[in-house]
Amino acid sequence: MTRPLTRRELLERAALGGAVLTLPGFLAACGGSGGGIEGTATTAGATTASGAKTLADKLTISNWTLYIDIDEKTKRYPTLEQFTTETGVQVDYIEDVNDNDEWFGKNQASLAKGRPVGRDIAILTDWMAARMVRLGYVDKLDRSAIPNASNLVDALASPGWDPNREYSLPWQSGLTGIGYDPERVGGELTSISQLLEDPKLKGKVTFLTEMPDTVGLMILDGGGDPSKVVKADFDKAIERLQKGVDSGQIRQFTGNDYSGPLAKGDIWAAVAWSGDMVQLTADNPNLKFAIPEAGGMIWTDNMLIPKGGDVFTASTFMNFAYDPKVAAQIEAYVNYICPVKGAKEAIKAIDPELASNALIFPDEATLAKAKIFDAAAADDKTYKEKFQAVVGA
Amino acid sequence: MDWLHRHRTVVPYLLLAPGLAWLAVFFLVPTYYLANTSLQSGSLDVGYAFTWAWDNYSNAISTYHEQFVRSLEYAGIATVAALLVSYPLAYFIAFRGGRWKGLLLLLIIAPFFVTYLIRTLAWQTILADEGFVVDVLQTIGVLGDGDRLLATSTAVVAGITYNFLPFMALPLYVSLEQIDARLIEAAEDLYASKVHAFLRVTLPLSLPGVFAGTLLTFIPAAGDFINAELLGTPRQSMIGNVIQSKFLVLTDYGQAAALSFTLMAAILVLIAIYTRVLGTERMGV
Repeated sequence: MTRPLTRRELLERAALGGAVLTLPGFLAACGGSGGGIEGTATTAGATTASGAKTLADKLTISNWTLYIDIDEKTKRYPTLEQFTTETGVQVDYIEDVNDNDEWFGKNQASLAKGRPVGRDIAILTDWMAARMVRLGYVDKLDRSAIPNASNLVDALASPGWDPNREYSLPWQSGLTGIGYDPERVGGELTSISQLLEDPKLKGKVTFLTEMPDTVGLMILDGGGDPSKVVKADFDKAIERLQKGVDSGQIRQFTGNDYSGPLAKGDIWAAVAWSGDMVQLTADNPNLKFAIPEAGGMIWTDNMLIPKGGDVFTASTFMNFAYDPKVAAQIEAYVNYICPVKGAKEAIKAIDPELASNALIFPDEATLAKAKIFDAAAADDKTYKEKFQAVVGA
Repeated sequence: MDWLHRHRTVVPYLLLAPGLAWLAVFFLVPTYYLANTSLQSGSLDVGYAFTWAWDNYSNAISTYHEQFVRSLEYAGIATVAALLVSYPLAYFIAFRGGRWKGLLLLLIIAPFFVTYLIRTLAWQTILADEGFVVDVLQTIGVLGDGDRLLATSTAVVAGITYNFLPFMALPLYVSLEQIDARLIEAAEDLYASKVHAFLRVTLPLSLPGVFAGTLLTFIPAAGDFINAELLGTPRQSMIGNVIQSKFLVLTDYGQAAALSFTLMAAILVLIAIYTRVLGTERMGV
């Protein structure tokens, strides 16, 4: 049996190839579509004369890179092929989400005019999903076609921006904490303050350009609550970050391109995402991932149906993805946090070690320490401007 | 035929039509849209409208003059550096390349077969804190022990220089290659030293290449944001980074367009001065 390459192995090879592929986001800009980009959306929720819902011939999905299992040899997606076998629907899977803002920027003009963007499902992070719902750019899910939605973990069942999950279902979640090299740092890192204040770390620290992650951790560090952002907490966080930038303590703000430099030792500590760190720590056992004592951030990327997408077909796919067996299959490759109940049991059949990995299936104690960033604050123009000014843009 | 004969004055315009159409579609229309957007205000939620929002410009300049100046400064330094590297290079290929000319030119262009981003990322490896270059510079004392190259202005300027080098080298090569070697011979026959012949004959004749090369390098370099993002820190951010953030992250289309327009104007002014000083007519540009 040929075993498909896991995401970790793929990144490992990329790192060998000059560390240039550690920026999967950027690379996807070079293409990476399974087929034609011009997907034509069929009428939403098509029904036959008899009233029975019918599946479209094709389902087009926009997703982030390395976010579903892939057979590296054949460049095929086993999970998607299984969906095609079961339903007869061809899947056009396009890895064109590099960055929430960028995806939105590309599609905003069409969405605002009510023109379909040729996607039946798009996968976007909480605050951007909230924006899509708020602006009316998405269609309601057909929950009657998604009985498996009952497998959604309780913690994610009711976000403020979509309390009944009428418009969205989580694809993956992840934790934001500190990734570091204890040997170089010379000890354990347990707080964001250390990153900002330890003189040994001057110029060896990076934070994330994603505002909810960076500012969320800063607010927690200052004793505030990032799930309900107040101006005083936010301004204090910005002020401390600016100080770190001005003094040269903070080297850069990054996307997931911190991983290469962290592995090579250009940076010693980074505000980092759990999924990346699962990969990195597997290849570099000297690295560590820690949730700060003051708490970490948890975020979710959500499946949405952009207006004009085929609601019934998209919902049918969501139902498929929420089958614990299918979820486990995706999870074994992706290594983020699975939002589907039962996947932990199902994954034991694939790789028992994964089921006990606290970053993929975090325990109650870890989850209790993780906060979701205030979705309204994440998309607040004044806050964003202040943060962009610190990031240098 | 008859019609053309009677409307002889129309003919030049007909011949110009393709060029004019190109200019209209790819320059005038986008410029109009950019100008229009730069005077709009609004937000995603309420929509954007044309409101003669001149404050987009005043805000842009008052808030981001630092990045403007830095962009022009980095682009200027990179252009000079690219010229200093490219001139000897182009000179060598043109006069000493012989049968290797084609291959040598290909080598200059070869890096361009790789994506811009990947090329820039490669510099992250080259200039890495524990990499070869930093090691050597520390050993010979150019860099202090704790100093680094990555995430500094030096790295950003080096990245820009490298990325735009072919735009400088190729026009230089073309203008040097066209120089009639007999002119240099003649200068030497008239008792000019090698240096003198170069300064009085070769250099002036290659000025059109210098002119074209500097423009082709400076203009895109001033608007670049990839090098500052990947090789710099927030303290190295250039105006391109600001425009990108305004456009994509903050969806402040008005100010993004105003910044772009201001950058265009600034470059245009600088080039006008430059052209005046160097005098294009003399060089047949």
